[in-house]
Amino acid sequence: MKFLRDILDKVKPNFEKDGKLHFLHSTFDAIETFMFVPNHTTKRGAHIRDGIDLKRTMFIVIIALVPCLLFGMWNVGALHYAAQNIDSTLLENMLYGAMKVVPIIVVSYLTGLGIEFAFCQVNGHPVNEGFLVSGMLIPLIVPADIPLWMVIVATAFAVIIGKEVFGGTGMNILNPALTARVFLYIAYPVEMAGEIWVSGIKEGLVDAASGATALGVLGGKDLEAASNYSVNVMDAFMGFIPGSIGETSVLMCLIGAAILIVTGIGSWRIMLATVIGALGMGLILNAVGGNPYYDLPAYQHLLIGGFAFGAVFMATDPVSAAHTTTGKWIYGILIGVLTVLIRVFNPAYPEGIMFAILFMNVMAPLVDNYVVKANIKRRLNRVKA
Amino acid sequence: MSKVIKIKKGKDIQLVGVAQKTTSARTVSSSFAIKPTDFKNLVPKMVVKAGEEVKAGDVLFHDKTNPDVKFTAPVSGEVAEVVRGERRAIQEVRILADSDIKYKSFEVPSALNAENVKALLLDSGLWAFMVQRPFGSIADPSVAPKAIHVSCFDSAPLGVDYNYTLANEGDAFAKGLEALKALTEGTVHLNVHEKANNASLFTHASGVQINSFSGSHPSGLVGVQIHHIDPINKGDVVWTINPQHVVFIGRLLQTGKLNLSQQVAVAGSDVKNPQYIETIVGVNVEAITTDNVTNDNARYISGNVLTGSNVGSKGYLGYFDHMMSIIPEGNEYEFMGWLFPSYPRPTISNSLPISKFLKKSFVVNTNPHGEERAFVMTGEYEKVLPMDVMPVQLLKSILAQDLEAMENLGIYEVIEEDLALCEFVCTSKIDVQKILSDGLDLMAEEG
Repeated sequence: MKFLRDILDKVKPNFEKDGKLHFLHSTFDAIETFMFVPNHTTKRGAHIRDGIDLKRTMFIVIIALVPCLLFGMWNVGALHYAAQNIDSTLLENMLYGAMKVVPIIVVSYLTGLGIEFAFCQVNGHPVNEGFLVSGMLIPLIVPADIPLWMVIVATAFAVIIGKEVFGGTGMNILNPALTARVFLYIAYPVEMAGEIWVSGIKEGLVDAASGATALGVLGGKDLEAASNYSVNVMDAFMGFIPGSIGETSVLMCLIGAAILIVTGIGSWRIMLATVIGALGMGLILNAVGGNPYYDLPAYQHLLIGGFAFGAVFMATDPVSAAHTTTGKWIYGILIGVLTVLIRVFNPAYPEGIMFAILFMNVMAPLVDNYVVKANIKRRLNRVKA
Repeated sequence: MSKVIKIKKGKDIQLVGVAQKTTSARTVSSSFAIKPTDFKNLVPKMVVKAGEEVKAGDVLFHDKTNPDVKFTAPVSGEVAEVVRGERRAIQEVRILADSDIKYKSFEVPSALNAENVKALLLDSGLWAFMVQRPFGSIADPSVAPKAIHVSCFDSAPLGVDYNYTLANEGDAFAKGLEALKALTEGTVHLNVHEKANNASLFTHASGVQINSFSGSHPSGLVGVQIHHIDPINKGDVVWTINPQHVVFIGRLLQTGKLNLSQQVAVAGSDVKNPQYIETIVGVNVEAITTDNVTNDNARYISGNVLTGSNVGSKGYLGYFDHMMSIIPEGNEYEFMGWLFPSYPRPTISNSLPISKFLKKSFVVNTNPHGEERAFVMTGEYEKVLPMDVMPVQLLKSILAQDLEAMENLGIYEVIEEDLALCEFVCTSKIDVQKILSDGLDLMAEEG
């Protein structure tokens, strides 16, 4: 390690104020602090500080995403071969999946980090760790066959419009990864809708019908198909179904949720509240009844589509979620309710969770505002009492 | 004793180097200093000049805006130097102490009432120990406080054990409480810990309201206690004073002399023999730490590690402090330290399981373990602030300089130390106490 430190110390002057490479100082700083926790000491206030920092926090979220990622890769391959009636081994599935997924991840990180570094450079900020997570989330919520140029455009849009224009990580209103997803959905509706969910359809390798998702069928125009449709609960839970790369397996999302909750990085309140909201709304619709989507057992809303992934990884983004404890409950419950509402009442948008979360991202400051007002009111009431 | 107020949030930070319950009577230091910078927003006006002889209790300087508030010499001797800093602001008034302290004698009134106690405390300089809420500045003698609070336990890391240091001061403490009772028509609150404060001087105090607390740090902070007993609303003024300083008042009433001798804890992982030292307010740090510090690269903190000030090995103990915390500096690179911490460090985060669940005391250094970032994580500060105050929202209102929001969100109820644990736990390494301090200054100026 001494050897690495020596190299860094040797090149460091080039990046300092009057160095030749000063225009890359944010980049150097990011790399240096990644490898070595700086030798700074506290200057004022508390002389000692907790061991946790933002790098570790973000890294734990990435760890939590790994099960979804690995399963997603396997599933891309498995569905691809299954649709062609080809027997495939675990390794083959993984290989095919990796071939599809790794380029998306690389492109997402290169685009996002490139833009982040550039912004930090210009603004003279240190590079924030936020994109480490966004850069992993984006590949997990797109279909495996997405053209790479779309990933670039969407990521660039998300980072610039979703985050940097507000001042970078910590200041953004919308979740950047979801911003990218919704951008794709709205900008390229043809490519992002319909039966695209199994890799290989475009090349004609796979029959389009095999790419149907539960959301697509239930929300589709063909009522007969919808009423005859039943969700294969086990497959939906395990994730052996078509969908975006990382979101199909509820089980993997639960493993991720466990990691986030045990380490205290993700808010269990938001996750639980989202589930309560969706279940509650589902039960209300069950009680009303009338069409196949109304009658879909409430718990199955939790299993299909991107619900689990959204509730665990997207809704809990601390920056764009509600900040207050009470606010988190309200925010989560409303996400759950809205997800089901959008799914059932708005067939034009089969996936409700991303809109529900983005909508609540926008509403979160308002929710917080009321929670803060309640606190203020308690304080003022004390005087009267 | 009535019901116990349970403090459920917070954290006790266990550090290596707790002061043993032994006291070494060190030879009296030759150098003492009173630092105007220890007092919030004080503009001092010198009364003595360098070279003059003073007795313990003679006025050194007074508050420029309120000349009644005087600051007196803790020892007798020669005023050696008036150290000035930027824009000639007075930093330290140093005194070269006599080996035998000569005391100025004060006339002690036979029957105590608000006026004569106030006058005596102002004349003797003891008034400066009386801290006012809101803002944490020296109490304004012209205002009648709603109550006076004394927190009798120190829950901060390596904190002083008043059961031990004040064990033989029972009479002086009781006498001091008499003075406090005379000072206010409101209640005098003695806030004790249900387990830690078993000494009879606390449990048998009479004429005061004894409030019992349980739970971990920050239960010992007087601001947290006030919040649970009788919170500060807009327009309220509450005074707070430390039990050691109550003893000083008691001694003055008993003897007519300003006797500021106290036991100072010298603690921390870099201290060879952590224990208490008998000395006097304003003592030179060198005098109480020589030959007892094992590390050349140590930070000398007057006060505790969360709120104290870095005074250096040649500095002077702060006016309000009775402990020195000496811990290693953390000015070293740590390879991949954010991922694989190379040594255990205190934390409230479950993401550092080894550190979190290790049942032992930590050797802690001054490395912040990460760089400063914008607010990202939420719900962290709330875990360690047992008050119905929304810390992040309050800090943001301060950053936005929104006076109305600051007031509404409870800035009158807190001073820097109350949010020190928030600063400790912050993932984004934000200087919480600095922000709050700026907010309090702004509020005091405008309000």
